[in-house]
Amino acid sequence: MDDLIGEFLTETNEFLESLDQDLLGLEQDPNDKELLGNIFRLVHTIKGTCGFLGLPRLETVAHRAENVLGRFRDGDLEVTPEYVSLIFESLDVIKFIVGSLEETGSEPEGRDDALIAKLDAVFEGEDAPPPIAPPPIEEEKLKKTEEEESIPGMATEAELEAAFAAAEVLPLDQQDSIPNKEVQAEPPAAEEQKTEAVKKDTPMTTQTLRVSVDVLEDLMTMVSEMVLTRNQLLQILRAHTESDFTAPLQRLNHVVSELQEGVMKTRMQPIGNAWSKLPRIIRDLSIELGKKIDLEMRGQDTELDRQVLELIKDPLTHMVRNSGDHGIEVPADRVAAGKPETGKVLLHAFHEGGHIIIEISDDGKGLPLDKIKAKIISNGLATEAELKEMSSQQIQQYIFHAGLSTAEKVTSVSGRGVGMDVVRTNIEKIGGSIELKSTEGKGSTFTIKIPLTLAIVSALIVESAGQRFAIPQLSVRELVMTSEHGDNKIEMIKGTPVFRLRDRLLPLVSLDELLKLQRDDVPISEHLESIDVQEPELGAEESQKSAEAENHSESDDAAQKQPLQNQYVIVTETGAYDFGIIVDRVYDTEEIVVKPVPTILRDIDLFSGNTILGDGSVIMILDPNGVARVAGEIDSAEADDSAIEDAAHIGSSQQKTSLLLFSIGGTTPKAVPLSLVARLENVKISDIEHSSGQMMVQYRGSLMPLIPFDSSVKMNDVEEKPVLVFSDQDRSMGLIVDEIIDITEEHIDVQLSSTQQGLLGSAIINEKATDVVDVMHFLNTTHDNWFKNDGDESYGSAGGGKKRLLLVDDSPFFRNMLAPILGIAGYEVTTLDNAKTALKMCEDGAQFDVIVSDIEMPEMDGFEFAEKVKADSSWQNTPMIALTSHATPEDMDRGVQVGFTKHIAKFDKDTLLTALSHTLIEQQKAAQQEQGEQA
Amino acid sequence: MSTAAANKDYDLDGESRDQSKDFLTIIIAEQRFGIPVLQVQDVLGEQIVTNIPLAPSEVAGSLNLRGRVVTAIDVRRRLGIDPSKDGEATGMSVVVEHENELYSLIIDRVGDVLTLKDDMFENNPPTLDAIWREISGGIFRLEEELLVVLDVPKLLSTIHS
Repeated sequence: MDDLIGEFLTETNEFLESLDQDLLGLEQDPNDKELLGNIFRLVHTIKGTCGFLGLPRLETVAHRAENVLGRFRDGDLEVTPEYVSLIFESLDVIKFIVGSLEETGSEPEGRDDALIAKLDAVFEGEDAPPPIAPPPIEEEKLKKTEEEESIPGMATEAELEAAFAAAEVLPLDQQDSIPNKEVQAEPPAAEEQKTEAVKKDTPMTTQTLRVSVDVLEDLMTMVSEMVLTRNQLLQILRAHTESDFTAPLQRLNHVVSELQEGVMKTRMQPIGNAWSKLPRIIRDLSIELGKKIDLEMRGQDTELDRQVLELIKDPLTHMVRNSGDHGIEVPADRVAAGKPETGKVLLHAFHEGGHIIIEISDDGKGLPLDKIKAKIISNGLATEAELKEMSSQQIQQYIFHAGLSTAEKVTSVSGRGVGMDVVRTNIEKIGGSIELKSTEGKGSTFTIKIPLTLAIVSALIVESAGQRFAIPQLSVRELVMTSEHGDNKIEMIKGTPVFRLRDRLLPLVSLDELLKLQRDDVPISEHLESIDVQEPELGAEESQKSAEAENHSESDDAAQKQPLQNQYVIVTETGAYDFGIIVDRVYDTEEIVVKPVPTILRDIDLFSGNTILGDGSVIMILDPNGVARVAGEIDSAEADDSAIEDAAHIGSSQQKTSLLLFSIGGTTPKAVPLSLVARLENVKISDIEHSSGQMMVQYRGSLMPLIPFDSSVKMNDVEEKPVLVFSDQDRSMGLIVDEIIDITEEHIDVQLSSTQQGLLGSAIINEKATDVVDVMHFLNTTHDNWFKNDGDESYGSAGGGKKRLLLVDDSPFFRNMLAPILGIAGYEVTTLDNAKTALKMCEDGAQFDVIVSDIEMPEMDGFEFAEKVKADSSWQNTPMIALTSHATPEDMDRGVQVGFTKHIAKFDKDTLLTALSHTLIEQQKAAQQEQGEQA
Repeated sequence: MSTAAANKDYDLDGESRDQSKDFLTIIIAEQRFGIPVLQVQDVLGEQIVTNIPLAPSEVAGSLNLRGRVVTAIDVRRRLGIDPSKDGEATGMSVVVEHENELYSLIIDRVGDVLTLKDDMFENNPPTLDAIWREISGGIFRLEEELLVVLDVPKLLSTIHS
């Protein structure tokens, strides 16, 4: 407002200056049309702007002067000094009014009837040919305009004064009352609005002004801080019920709330701004792909915080492009499917409960389930068996999975999923979520739910193990209080807590376990104010009884480990899945200002930021999506955690191994990698023959040696015994066990502490301590070096002499499993547990014929290792074979790129041996050829 | 007023003529360290620090400094020194800014501000403890003792979760 008047005044003063000059010029050369045109235009502009700003007196004068100038221009009035003087007189009046405007901010009282009469007289043509029709009509029009404007004009003046009295508040108020508020609207747009509005509304209320974004950002920051301070004050006030401050603070509270709302509104922009590029993208796409696509956009006016808008722009563009690219079929296919030729992509935005919902839907072919399934399996994200148990919706969710989409990108197989993980990450970053519904053949709908603003969020304050955390209210669906007895109890499945929420089973995560909070670190004082077990009302004051109970458990070590009697479950909604977070106590919700996490803590997925609470303390804000991610992995990670804390870890948790579990005399279960077992057989005791102290059985036309696992295997009281058959080439042996328990897929952590022969060590498998069997031990004890008697010509001894092989693998389990196999196959095996040591050996001049390296290793992975070896080292020409537990096509490509000859799955012993021998033979041939050439 | 002005002049002159710098000295486990005084934003007494779960062990927590969230760093732990015994530490901390974020370095005690001439400066002895070598920007030979220059950016940037 202020600014606009100011701008007008500056502008008008400039005009008046040049008008003086121009008029003088005109007087000297009355026929200068250009000059006359210029004068006419300037006066016209002043008149127009006056109307816009609601300055009736100024406008009237300018208008009448313009009329006269119009006649000059039309050439039906001669430019005489008298008339020019009249115009000068008008300019003087205009100058006077403008001057007064500058001083007081409003038009001076009074009328310029005399001047107007003179101007009108000239206009109506005292000296001119008598006008026939136009003048009266124009006059009438003029009068009408005057009537219309004089009344709102008065109101405007009053408003103006009010505005100047409360210059800072008014813009916000006005914003409120205007349906079309556009903070950043360009002046021309504003002018257009105005001309429309003049007829039905006072001109003042439609005013917009340009404010730089920085100013708004600063304002927002300050308001945020103000909200925090307000919260602090209210907190203090709560402690003093009878205080003189109560009333003023409450007033302050209201004002701050309104201010916050107002400032928030200034940052709002219609979502259509983010959509403006989309029609073009769809148009280009349809031409490029030969498709017919209609883009329909609804709810462009839906407003949201510009910061949020910026952040969703790219994901939205990406998704719309995806819909057009992968969703909509080519016209022929559409017709074949009985759909209209033209496909439709619909963008729809609307408000719902404090969020903005954006739907992107298409009537295309939907997500191809089979392709997704195939991808999931080939990328090792889930097994076929796991997929079978999933609903199609669950399977579709995999398109948000990083692994899946990356692979899609590489192979450019059509079907959604390109970069969808990035889309989801971006949306989750702003506290939103994304859902997907798709029916094959019918189309897909993505639903994005995002908060209105990021700066201030409402959060639930919870406590776990004496520490407080904030959970954004946006993702909290409900709160449940649990009790040890009765309906609302937490139940356990294999140590995993779950909760029956109405008709559904809700997975639970315990916040203290998740954050590894130590209950015994909690100061007593903290505990005294924690946990209100009896009071169902959240955040109510605690009873003495519960405090005592808490104290008791505090002092009692054993009780500490037990779950607390009453806990709260925060039912949390995320894009991935719904789950409950177990906390000890729930406080209020509080408006918090999200502050970013310091850089050194960025790696912690679980926090989205931190904030300062009303009481001045700093607390961390939990990121529910991060919690979901971490919690989803926790089941598998837990085995790692509880199993072995020392160095003998089996690589990363990624390595899943199929294991055959069996038992011997009911002791600890034993496990053996399934891939080593050729077959499971039941052998009749009566079929067992003995030869030179060795048990044998006729098996597939030849004799197979049998050995009992150990002496505790009872052979007498049963008819049949299960036997694990291990075989290599045409030789086999059987291991007699008591009972086959199960086949399982597990992450194995082997503790290499076993001294017992035949065991590699023990691991936690299916939550039980399990011995991992050293198959090689049995193979070797059946017969001395039974396997390598002959037949290995083609392997390690290819080309004569033992081949030196370097095996680099960080997991002791694989080293111990593979080294004997390779040894038996005739290689001279050196094992190392990391690539760095290997490179050092290389520097030290060690020589090998072939290198077998794991890919997933800490510090330096296989790729980097290969790159270094191939780049510049004495091993440059040594063939390298990669071992990996999950080989994606991308990995394979990369492997080849960095110089691996082959990529082999772990445990695929046969392929490894074949690959080794092939590689060596080829290497040798190449070498011989080279020699030949040299010779 | 005049003293302040004089001081300022002195500093400016000192800077150009004698090549000297001002250091805030701090004491950790009886060792004197120096932080370039221009890097110091604030010196705080003992503060209430909120623990941050899953954070690197050197991170003592976060605290509220006039509405800004400050990450507290346990410098003892960062240097691999045992936790302080009773009476050894005052819980004081020095607030520094690093990459637009505030950190408070929890140390034992704060000493004087010293103006140290460049000719008293020595590079790190190559035999210095590896952790210390990482965070030390060099040594000043004071008359009675040695002062280790704390390289604050390095100290902070080498903390990882």
